[in-house]
Amino acid sequence: MKHQTSTLTALGITSALLLAACGSSDDGATSQDTSGSGSSAEPTSDGQELTMLIASSGDAETNSVIAATEAWAAESGNSVEVLVATDINQELAQGFAAGNPPDIFYLDASRFGDSAQAGNLYAYTAEGNDDFYEPLRQTFTYDGTQYCAPKDFSTLALQINTEAWAGAGLTDADIPTTYDELADVAAQLTTGDQVGLVLGSGIDRAGAFVVGNGGWWLNDDSTEPTADTPEVLAGMQYVQDNIAAGSFALASAVDAGWGGEAFGTQRGAMVIEGNWIRGAMENDYPDVEYTVVELPEGPAGPGTLQFTQCWGIAADSDNQDQAVDLVNFLTTPEQQMVFAEGFGVMPSRQAAAADYEAAFPENAAFIAGGEYGQGPISAPGLDAVVADLNSQLEAIGNADLESVLASFDTNAKAELGG
Amino acid sequence: MTSRNLGRQARAGWLLTTPMLVILGLFLVLPIALALWVSVSNWTGRGSPLNSDVGFVGLDNYESLLAEPGLDRQDLMVSIRNTFYYVLGVVPLQTVLALLLAVVVNQRFLKGRTWFRTAFYFPSVVSSVAISLVFLFLFTGTGAVNQFLDVFGIEGPSWFSDSRGLIHIVGESLGVWSTNSPPSGLVDNDVLGLSLWEWFKGPSVALSAIMLQVIWTTAGTFMLLFLAALQDVPTEVEEAAMVDGATTWERFRHVTLPHLRPTMLLVITLGIIGTWQVFDQMYIMTQGGPAKTTLTPAYLSYSTAFNSNKWGQGAAIAFLLFLLIFVLTTLQRVILRDRDKVKSKPRSRRREPQNESSGVAA
Repeated sequence: MKHQTSTLTALGITSALLLAACGSSDDGATSQDTSGSGSSAEPTSDGQELTMLIASSGDAETNSVIAATEAWAAESGNSVEVLVATDINQELAQGFAAGNPPDIFYLDASRFGDSAQAGNLYAYTAEGNDDFYEPLRQTFTYDGTQYCAPKDFSTLALQINTEAWAGAGLTDADIPTTYDELADVAAQLTTGDQVGLVLGSGIDRAGAFVVGNGGWWLNDDSTEPTADTPEVLAGMQYVQDNIAAGSFALASAVDAGWGGEAFGTQRGAMVIEGNWIRGAMENDYPDVEYTVVELPEGPAGPGTLQFTQCWGIAADSDNQDQAVDLVNFLTTPEQQMVFAEGFGVMPSRQAAAADYEAAFPENAAFIAGGEYGQGPISAPGLDAVVADLNSQLEAIGNADLESVLASFDTNAKAELGG
Repeated sequence: MTSRNLGRQARAGWLLTTPMLVILGLFLVLPIALALWVSVSNWTGRGSPLNSDVGFVGLDNYESLLAEPGLDRQDLMVSIRNTFYYVLGVVPLQTVLALLLAVVVNQRFLKGRTWFRTAFYFPSVVSSVAISLVFLFLFTGTGAVNQFLDVFGIEGPSWFSDSRGLIHIVGESLGVWSTNSPPSGLVDNDVLGLSLWEWFKGPSVALSAIMLQVIWTTAGTFMLLFLAALQDVPTEVEEAAMVDGATTWERFRHVTLPHLRPTMLLVITLGIIGTWQVFDQMYIMTQGGPAKTTLTPAYLSYSTAFNSNKWGQGAAIAFLLFLLIFVLTTLQRVILRDRDKVKSKPRSRRREPQNESSGVAA
């Protein structure tokens, strides 16, 4: 017993000492760091070493980004180290906590609000900020301030399996332009093992119908939840009714991880996915022929969803001026077209839209969504609330929609109102 | 003479244990102390939690998890419910399976004994990430498991996307209730933010698939513990029981099992601690889905901190989990404690025949 006490005391003392030691060494490191970078920044603003953290979709993207940053580095006299993250949210969190985040990084819209609120981001706008699509700028605005420049974006469109389409006796004239027509062709395309329209689960797909009905989960400046409204309900009800009718299905119901897989295995004759489906179809299901058209218009006009990331710059970065300069370089219409050709993303600048359409006419349906799409939820604190909504919508087929939407409002209000 | 000697010994002792104390302090005590501080602070994940901008918020984080109705409490309760069923299924089954395997490979006349021992232990050595990925493929809707079930005319579920609870399914097949219109008595009564209907859901099909995997993986580890204990069973006692005319079952029940009691206690304790902390499988395979039925406190703690940026609350969940495990293991030790008064004897007795039995095994 006595022995134990002395061991514990020893442990206590050791840890206290360590705490003190760590505290002081921490201070030392910080002061050293600032003085070091300060002195090297003195002569000119050039010659800085920047680190960039990206979440790459593959070698094509990594190499494109490296080539672009090297071009900028050669021009400006700085150098850029590009790091590819395996789990970018986690690695960014570690960087912010340690006080040495990468200078510039990909930042997903869903993580934007929390990062801005925590003060992790340096607020800047790139040259020609007004040229970025308005919904994208809105996505990266927190508390009235735009924090970062949209890197690129994606939208949802309707993919149609041409073989199934012809097999059901449908022609180009039948391509749906309204939600009713979509339900009709989906019913006609539903045969045996094949479902007319397959949707990925959650609001990132079904939400398009909410937009088409003129609703959204939050009000325009993301301060109030508005899910428990007739417009949102109408959008969700449309999906639920068609699932009940058997002509729509969630991807999980046809044993697919996402819409693209269901489309590739031909369990779904149509899917609603973004421009990333091109790469997946090419790699995994090269034999499936398909066309891409814009989503049909809802009662309140055209509606689709946009997904986007921005070039985040750290508030703790010592090289913010250089980082902004790098973003200016990376977001020129010309450079955005290079990225589009390199790894299939869509330019976030309207000035590049015409070039993009000319280069990729088959993707016209996707880029068109830049005009009328709705950006993702990016308000802080809503990650768990959105996750809860999505988990309830996994059973959208027989969910009590009104109570699901009401619970979203309650939960979101608790986060936004506080 | 003796006191000086003792003092020298103590100094030497301290000297030799210093590296370990430093390591323990640096990697165990310090992080725990820091996490405890974070759990009562409003740290936003920016800079050190010890800097002056971080404020003390008292028990706010714990309150929103336990006292205030809302999503935070609901998520925690869902995760505790899931893990409760998970522990209830995994711990007994893995213990029984481990014991069974140990008894089998302890047979002196079993051919290829070493091969079986290695084979049963193998899953424990393989990384849980690799195993999880293999199981993902085995349990897809058209995967090997369902094809095997198909041979017997059973149409398997699409395991990892099936959120139906086992108790709900069994109840429906017995005609007790219908899952489409559950009994209002269960739905309308809430306990800690979850309806009774939700509490009595049972593990979902997805969680059950993970349970199968974990039982299969960990049984090997615990088999090793049982095997070591089995080799310690004194042969003369077994022989004496045999002479007294005890059957094989009676010998197992009244000689072997009582001898295994300390090991059993260890295995169950380790099992309970390990299962309550389950994280890898959820992180790799399901991320808490489908419909939050594989959400566990450990995964919730991670996602609250990293995805929702609520570091204090994430740390608070971790401490609540610690408390829960502490209470449960204490409870389990009280329930399973050796009621025989003689406590130190079995230990000293075990040591002597050890050489003998390992000599036989070699």
